[in-house]
Parts: sequence; C-alpha cells; structure tokens
Amino acid sequence: MANKRIDEATGTETVGHEWDGIEELNTPLPRWWLWTFYLTVIFSIGYMVVYPAIPLLGKGTEGLWGWTSRGQLAAETAKAESQRADLKAKLAATPIEKLGDDPQLMQAAVAGGKAAFRVNCVQCHGAGAAGVQGLYPNLNDDDWLWGGNLQEIEYTIANGIRQPDHAATRTSVMPSFGRDGILTAAQVQDVVSHVRSLSGQEKASASATRGAAIFAANCVACHGPDGKGLREFGAPNLADAIWLYGGSRDKIAASVANAHAGVMPAWGGKLDAVTIKMLAAYVHSLGGGEEFTVAAAPQATANAQP
Amino acid sequence: MLNPETVPPEDRPILLYEKRKSVFPKAIDGYYRRIKWAWMVLALVVYYVTPWIRWDRGPYSPNQAVLIDLAHRRFYMFSIEIWPHEFYFVAGLLIMAGIGLFVITSAVGRAWCGYSCPQTVWTDIFQHVDRLIDGDRNAQLKLQAAPWGPKKIAKRLSKWAIYLVISSLTGGAFIAYFTDCPTLAREYISGEAAPIAYYTVAVLTATTFILGGFMREQVCIYMCPWPRIQTAMLDEKSLIVTYKDWRGEPRGSVKEAKSSATPLGDCVDCNQCVAVCPTGVDIRNGPDIGCITCALCIDACDKVMEQVGRPRGLIDYATLGGCEAEKAGQPPESLKKAILHPRTIVYFLIWSAVGLGLLFALGVRTHIDISVAKDRNPPYMLMSDGSVRNAYTVKLRNMEGRPREMEIGLVGLDGARMWSDDQSAATAGRTLTRSVAADQADPVRVYVIAPPGTKSQDFTFSLRALDKEGGSDSHETHFDSPVEETE
Repeated sequence: MANKRIDEATGTETVGHEWDGIEELNTPLPRWWLWTFYLTVIFSIGYMVVYPAIPLLGKGTEGLWGWTSRGQLAAETAKAESQRADLKAKLAATPIEKLGDDPQLMQAAVAGGKAAFRVNCVQCHGAGAAGVQGLYPNLNDDDWLWGGNLQEIEYTIANGIRQPDHAATRTSVMPSFGRDGILTAAQVQDVVSHVRSLSGQEKASASATRGAAIFAANCVACHGPDGKGLREFGAPNLADAIWLYGGSRDKIAASVANAHAGVMPAWGGKLDAVTIKMLAAYVHSLGGGEEFTVAAAPQATANAQP
Repeated sequence: MLNPETVPPEDRPILLYEKRKSVFPKAIDGYYRRIKWAWMVLALVVYYVTPWIRWDRGPYSPNQAVLIDLAHRRFYMFSIEIWPHEFYFVAGLLIMAGIGLFVITSAVGRAWCGYSCPQTVWTDIFQHVDRLIDGDRNAQLKLQAAPWGPKKIAKRLSKWAIYLVISSLTGGAFIAYFTDCPTLAREYISGEAAPIAYYTVAVLTATTFILGGFMREQVCIYMCPWPRIQTAMLDEKSLIVTYKDWRGEPRGSVKEAKSSATPLGDCVDCNQCVAVCPTGVDIRNGPDIGCITCALCIDACDKVMEQVGRPRGLIDYATLGGCEAEKAGQPPESLKKAILHPRTIVYFLIWSAVGLGLLFALGVRTHIDISVAKDRNPPYMLMSDGSVRNAYTVKLRNMEGRPREMEIGLVGLDGARMWSDDQSAATAGRTLTRSVAADQADPVRVYVIAPPGTKSQDFTFSLRALDKEGGSDSHETHFDSPVEETE
C-alpha cells in the first residue's frame, strides 16, 4: 500500500495498486449498494434451500418447496383440463350429427380436434392432413373412401380400417388379380385401358373394350358398373381425378395385379369418445366435409378414392 | 469523500464504501426557481388531468382521449387510433422522444434532468415536504443530528405519511392511462377494481416512496444511465451551469478582500451555491455528473452578488467555449448563439423529419385493410373433378368505429371461385361479402377453387367497403397448382 496517495488532478485518493504506472482512483460506492449485494447473497442461499439447485450424482437436490418444472406443467395442465370440463361434458352429450347446430361448440371441437390431430394423426396423414401419395389418403379433398360426413368420419376414426381383431372395423379385401392368377397379364392391361378411359385419361380403344367386359365380370361388384366406387366396401371411385395409389398405366396395373389394403388403427380403444368426436369435426372442417344428405353436397360427384 | 488533510494517506484504511451524505438543500427563490415551479405545475397538471379528458369516438369505441387499451390492443390519442399492426407509429414516437432528448441536450444541456424528469419533480416535492415538517436546511441538519425522541419520531412519521400519500397518488394516476378513468376511480375506491390495478399502484407507490423520498440524488448519480449518455453528448458548445472561475477566484469574503494585499475574485465563499444544491454538488469544482442543471445555485449566487453589489452571473448558464472567449476578454456569448449551433439544428431536422414522416403515414393510412396468408401445407388440393383448390387465411380489418359491409373480390385467376369456410361451397362465387364488426379484425378462411388445368400464378384479393364512404385495399398472393410441375 505504499503507493497510496492523493491524485493531484482530481484530488481523489488512489487505492494504492499500481500496474505499469496505471493507478486506480478510489471513489467509494454507497454503503447501501454493498448491503443490496449482501441481500442478493442471502436471497441466493434461501433460493437454493427452497428450490432445486445443487446437482448430485443421481439427481439434484429437491428443495423444501418441492417445486419442479414438471410439477408446474402438470398443475397447469390439470387446471386447463378442469377449465375445459364444461366443454367436454357438453361435447360428450351432443351427438355428432347435432354438432353443426351449435357453431360455437363446433368451433371448439374443431380447435380441439386440430390439437389432437397434431399428436395422433400427423405421423401418417401429415401436418397439413394432405396424406402421402401411394400410402395414406389426403383428408383435405372431397374424395372419401368410407364416407365424408361427420358420422361416417367419426365411425372410421373410432373403428379404424382393417384393424385386426376388431369386429366393427371397416374392412374389405380386393383380390390380387394378377398375383393370384385370376387375370392374365394381358387381361390386366386391358382392364387398365378401360379404367383409364373411365376418368378420361385414355380414349376408347380395342383394349379398353376388351377390358370393359373383364371389368363387368370382375370389378363391378365393388367399384360399380361406371367405376364410381362403393363406400360400403371402401371401394374407390375410379372415374375421378384423384388416385391414392397413382393413376399412370403402371401404377394402376400394379394395383390391379397386387391389390392394396390400407390399414388405419381403431382409435376407439386409445382415445376417449370426446377426442374422437373433435377429431372427426376437425377432419370434416378441412374443406371436403360432406353434409348428411350427400345429394345436397355441392360436389355431387364426390365419392370414394382409388 | 475522506478528508485528505487530517491523516497522511498511507495510514488510513482504504474505504471502498461510504455512507450516503444526506443532502438538505436550502429553500431559494429566484428567476430559475420560478421557472421550475411553473414547469412543475404544468407537468403535474398534464400528468393528472390527461386521463380525465373525454373524446367522443362513437358508440363502439372508448371515449377517453388518451388511452392505452392493452386488453383490446388499441392505443388511442385524441383523434388517432393505433392498431397493433401499426406499431411503427409507437416506435416512431419513441424515436422522436429519443431524438427529442438529443435536441434538448444539444440546445440547453441537461434541461430534462433539471426540470422535467419525474425523479427531479418528485424529489423537489418531497424536499418541500421536508421543509414543511422539519423546517429549512439548518433545522433539518439539527434534527438529523438530534437523538431519537418523541418529537423526532412524530416529525419523521408525519413526514413519511405525507410521502406515502403523494406516492400513492402518483401510482394511482398512472393506471388511469390504461383503462376508463372515471370507472376506474369509482371501482378503485370501492375496492372493485382488478387486482392488477392495486398491484401496479402498490409497486409505483413503493418506487416513488423509496426513490423520491430516500434515494433522491443517488438515483441520478448511481442508477440512471441518462447522465452518462448526456456526458457523451455534451461538448464545449453545450449550455451547462458553470462557475466562472476566472472571475470568482481567488475566493474571499468582502472583509478579506479589503484587507488583502492581492486583489480577490468576486466569489465571497458564502457556500450558498452548495447549500441550495438538491444533489449536494459544489459547482465551483467544475462540471460534475451530479449536476442536474436545475440552476438553483444561479439563483442563490445572483442573490448574494446583488447583496454585495457585484454583477450577477458568477454562476450562470454558459458554454465552456463561451467561457473561454469571455475569459479572453470578449463579450459574453448571446443565448441565441449558444442554443442555435449546427448540431442542434441537425438534430432538430432529423426530429422534424421523423415527425413529418409519421404525420404523412397517418394521413394516408387506410381505415380498411386486407392481409392474406396462404396455406402452405398442403400448397394445393386436387379435387375429384380435377379442379384445384387453395386455402387462404384472409384478415379483414375495420378500423372505423362502426360495423361495415365489405366485399372481397378475386382479381385475375380466370374461372376461379371462392367461398369462406363458414359457408357452404355451394355459395362459391367471384366475390364474398362479409360484415366486419366495429373496430375489429375479421379473420376468415377462404377456399379458392380453379378449373382443371389452371396453372400456378399470382393473383390478387381485392377489398372494398360497400357503404357510401367507400375505401379499398388489396393484397397480392399466389395460387399453387400441380400443372406447373408437370410442364
């Protein structure tokens, strides 16, 4: 401390340290400033006692108040759930076909369904519900395999499609016409010609005429005489522009030869009835939902999906 | 500070912290004190009266002239109403406030600190309360030194009670800017106001009580960033409160001056400038960060100079450059010259440009607005008849205080039709009519369907009001289709 002196220019005392001729002036801080510093130290000790703070080998200290971020989340979730209890009760009491009568309830159901969709459905159908070509159907369009009104959608979600060991599931089996030797390769090509002519992708040809006869013998039971499909069997409309498994010659030929049988789990056992109702409302709201009387729907051609 | 005279420095311990030296400023009357009074009254009247001013905006909007309506996300200021999407107006106002402080600092130095800053105004009020209860400077010093007894306790308690009343009135007025003031006043007194109102008042009362009543000049010296920023902005052309040392030194009383062999300066070393200083600064030591340029020392010094028959202005508003010139024998700088130097004018021009820009934007803004967000997932939807559908979230804003009918139209995209998701697709057409509630935004999901073969292209949503006042807006967006990709 030998270097302590009064700085001439400022009249202020130096603290006595000196580094290569650089000295520090001592301009004392206010005393209360020090006290606030001590207070923060005391606060931090208290904080470490009541809150989880010190990491140990297995887990950290728990703190006297037992607070955890998970616990806080659980409490807030429970609170949100209890706030929604009224809404859930109302949804549970309203049959799905009456949902449209209460626009507010419908809005709430759509919002809830959107959230549930994000958790349970996006893995296959995608975040935008646009599906995946060749695998999972698009839910935004006006083309429905098993029906597109609220009730039908709810049933599909609850019982699934081709869910094993579930009697109520929607199911049908298309024969593998090529693989199982029902039709020859040439016959399959003729059927493809006919099917593509149904949707206007190909003009009439000798092959298509031959195919028409084969179609009439093998396919009309499910797909109907004009190829418009049959929702009871989930048989897709072959006369429209939408092709889940592809509309080129090769793709259709592959579909006829090997058949497809998409599977969706029955959600009835996994989700509660209210969530399923909300999911149905959401899927219905995506832009292709149908009214209960199909005839009143604007797209009269709306039908099933190949 | 330590007294360097008494003990040799190496023998004293280093004290890195020290107790606050209380400041007991003496009351003073004078030219600047009167300006301060007038300005203080004006500032307080503006603060307390503004929330009570009414402004008729029709049946759908609040009738408070200045209102920050956080719940409904609106900012009202007389005839101006600002929506959240117009927040650049608020940003602009803040920029103007910032540059405004630059202009003021450049022209008249720390005038904000000395006259307008709430910390200064409330400290001033509290110091007058001190004088009312305890008496002037000497009585306050005496009371401070006196042992605690019934009299001191009574004085302290009554003083703090008055502090508390003033503080709670401060906080109480603040919340009136955020909700309907008369309603709030009624509910607040009857205990029915929202808890947040009481919390806010409690917090503001506490800060006013502590900062104005006890921290005082320490807020300016230790806490406030503004003096530091101003220090960077002050130069030899800035007006500051200055002691003209070439005139005042060497100091000595009138009596000493008579007996002194060498002539003494004008300063009679009466210490009045220090006694009146609300921040406890000795201005004669030169410019100081503690000096808020309240100019009370000028009043004190002028009074003394008058008594001893010497010219006023030994301590005065002056620029350091002007002082140098004056020292060299030139006449004192005129106030006009001191204020109107180029930097001030440049700041003022920038400030005016921002202000004019805001006024222009305010003048041309529409009261009807459309904005469109396109759904990107999925970008387009192929329908079973081969037509292509896109979805958009269209937001219509009605910034008038009455409900309005509006018509959305499609410009371009031949053959396309649209419908909103709360209507049936059977209603699809080239236009869509919505009624938007007064002073509301109406978000609506719109499906646009175009015939098979439509290519990806840009098109425009147009919007027009269907009432006689009219008004229109449009928003360009994009239509996605699979056709482009196969080409």
